[in-house]
Amino acid sequence: METSAAIELRGVHLSRGAAGSVLRGVNLSICSGETVALVGRSGAGKSTILKLINGLLTADAGHVIVDGRDTREWNAYELRRRIGYVLQDVGLFPHMTVATNVGVVPRLLGWDPARIDARVDEVLALVGLPAGVFATRWPHELSGGQRQRVGVARALAADPPVLLMDEPFGALDPVTRAELHREFRRIQAEVRKTVVIVTHDMGEAFALGSRVGVLADGAIAEIASPARLARSMDPRVRPLLEPLFEAGALVGREA
Amino acid sequence: MTLVQFLAGHRAEFFGLLMQHIVLVGASTAVAVLIGVPTGILAARRPRVGAPIVWLANVVQTIPSLAMFGFLLPLPLVGGLGARVAILVLILYALLPIVRTTAAGLRGLDPALIEAGTALGLTPRQLLWQVELPLALPAIVAGIRVAAVIGVGTATIAAAVGAGGLGEYIFRGLSMVDPTVILAGAVPAAVLALTADGLLLWIERAFGRRGNRRVPRAVPAAVAITSILLIVVAATTASRRTGPVIRIGSKNFTEQIVLGEIIAQAIERNAHVTVERRLNLGGTFICDKAIRAGDIDVYVEYTGTADTAIFKEQVDTDPARVFARVREHYADAGLTLLAPLGFENTFAILVRGDDARRLGLKTIDDARSAARSWQAGFGYEFLQRADGYPGLANRYGLRFGSPPRAMDLSLIYRALARRQVDLIAGDATSGLISAYDLVMLEDNRRYFPPYDAAAVARSATLLRYPEVRLALEGLSGRISMGDMRQMNRAVDAGHDDPAAVARAFLARLERGRQSKG
Repeated sequence: METSAAIELRGVHLSRGAAGSVLRGVNLSICSGETVALVGRSGAGKSTILKLINGLLTADAGHVIVDGRDTREWNAYELRRRIGYVLQDVGLFPHMTVATNVGVVPRLLGWDPARIDARVDEVLALVGLPAGVFATRWPHELSGGQRQRVGVARALAADPPVLLMDEPFGALDPVTRAELHREFRRIQAEVRKTVVIVTHDMGEAFALGSRVGVLADGAIAEIASPARLARSMDPRVRPLLEPLFEAGALVGREA
Repeated sequence: MTLVQFLAGHRAEFFGLLMQHIVLVGASTAVAVLIGVPTGILAARRPRVGAPIVWLANVVQTIPSLAMFGFLLPLPLVGGLGARVAILVLILYALLPIVRTTAAGLRGLDPALIEAGTALGLTPRQLLWQVELPLALPAIVAGIRVAAVIGVGTATIAAAVGAGGLGEYIFRGLSMVDPTVILAGAVPAAVLALTADGLLLWIERAFGRRGNRRVPRAVPAAVAITSILLIVVAATTASRRTGPVIRIGSKNFTEQIVLGEIIAQAIERNAHVTVERRLNLGGTFICDKAIRAGDIDVYVEYTGTADTAIFKEQVDTDPARVFARVREHYADAGLTLLAPLGFENTFAILVRGDDARRLGLKTIDDARSAARSWQAGFGYEFLQRADGYPGLANRYGLRFGSPPRAMDLSLIYRALARRQVDLIAGDATSGLISAYDLVMLEDNRRYFPPYDAAAVARSATLLRYPEVRLALEGLSGRISMGDMRQMNRAVDAGHDDPAAVARAFLARLERGRQSKG
């Protein structure tokens, strides 16, 4: 377990994280190929952890280790090009077509154009957007769900071993969301990336994560498989589960 | 004369001035972009450095342009007459809008896009070129638009420092009180401003169209080409400065411009120096100041004008005495008055050719008896001045049948030709004298002061370049009153290019010398 960890946070402290969050000794070990969903209230430090992993932030104390190397030792740009990143508001560049957006990282890596074109077609097909139709479109011509798929395609384009997703489906309507959840599980079954997904929605975390971690008071309160977490008695975890019981979402799993 | 006629008649000159104008604005805007955009980027990245820069550009913008030209003229290196000062001033004015919109365009970008770019692994430089600049491009182009339009307007004032451009027509028109000539500068300048604005707006829209906002590869190339051009321009001006340069000036009317061209071309033919033309500078005082300051080396002055207007002497009608005194005054100032060119530009008492031939009139004295039945026509100034009509009537005992009619100078020649009047006071070198078959009566009692045209040159220049002195002396006594009238007529009535007229005259002079030799 210790050696096969793709991403590891050891005693990470950070006094000024994203959105005023504070981390007080986060320990987290994520295995290669698993999907970890991090849940917590706003300002709990979920996004901060993602930014620590790709070097946008640096820990005050403790270690963030990716592929066996502390992020402080990584060349930040090299590190980021090995990590796919999907943002809440997608962040597609409005002055680039879908194909150009998806090809950003391969271009940074200096792939030759033919290889980039082939790869762009491949990942667009993977996220369910045929290149023949969508490659030359502009971001403003797409629906919210299509933009999100392009965001995922862009993150996967350079075939990075790690994928970070920050509230990727937060802004979508429930039907589109459920559809993209299914798509995500299909894609993940196919590509087997190490995925860290951040959400404030426990339902989403349960739907996508092979393990779900709850962030509270600047640390991981509990991290476990959805089935085990559902039975948690931890007072920091229970309130987050309540809406699921009310909606009856966990009834099937409980039974 | 309508504006269209004027422009058609001055085609060559007009396009020359238009090109100068475009080069002034184009060069200064290009330099302002090269300086302004990076400054704007700096201002957006480091507000603490940027704020004072924007503040400074703001202050510069508040200085009236004429004051700015006046302020920079005496400075060494950038100062002096000409395009150098003009371009510097135009750059200073163009900077603010460009710096400001660049900074504002970059600061106004969605931070999520910057974060996305960073998270994808773009370096700050890649982020700037691939994301930030393309997205800020419409704002930057909008700033360049404002700068170019301001530039076209401000560049008209550049004519005041001898940088040329369409402003030359405006200043010439103002000094001639001719609205057509003013419009010949103002209307094309306005059209140019609108064209530049429209063109840049089109570019702005082309970039602004959603999606198509990648910085084209052509942009760095265009920047590089512009820089190279500027270096070439700088190099050529620098190399010019190292070689010997003779600057020829002139006042701002036809005869002066033709004479300036004749002198410039005579020097070009006979001396191995570069000649720079600073023609159409303005009035007597501007030319006098310029030659004393060394901004020009040669221009043509009239002895009577120098005597009374520059050296403030009493009116004197003895040509030799006036010439000797003026020459002495000039010598004290380090200037040399060369021997007269051969004609004088004085007041001329004119009658119709047929009257002169029928009555055998040669001198003003001859006209005294005929005058009793004649109607005279004079300009307002000539009628009023003591050294005008009152003195003339006194000296010659002239009496007309009815009081002289006051007329505008521009109409007076035609009025004589059409027999509305029978005798006028005109300009001795006017091209209209031969055009209307008029005859100038000799001032046999020497009433008018002498206005012999003669080149004034900086003595130091003549010492250093003896071949320039030779070229100037070669013109002494060679330009007759008839030559000058004909050349004025060719430019004013025939709308010929002054440079071409001068060239033809020098060629004739050359042929005359060869046939004699």
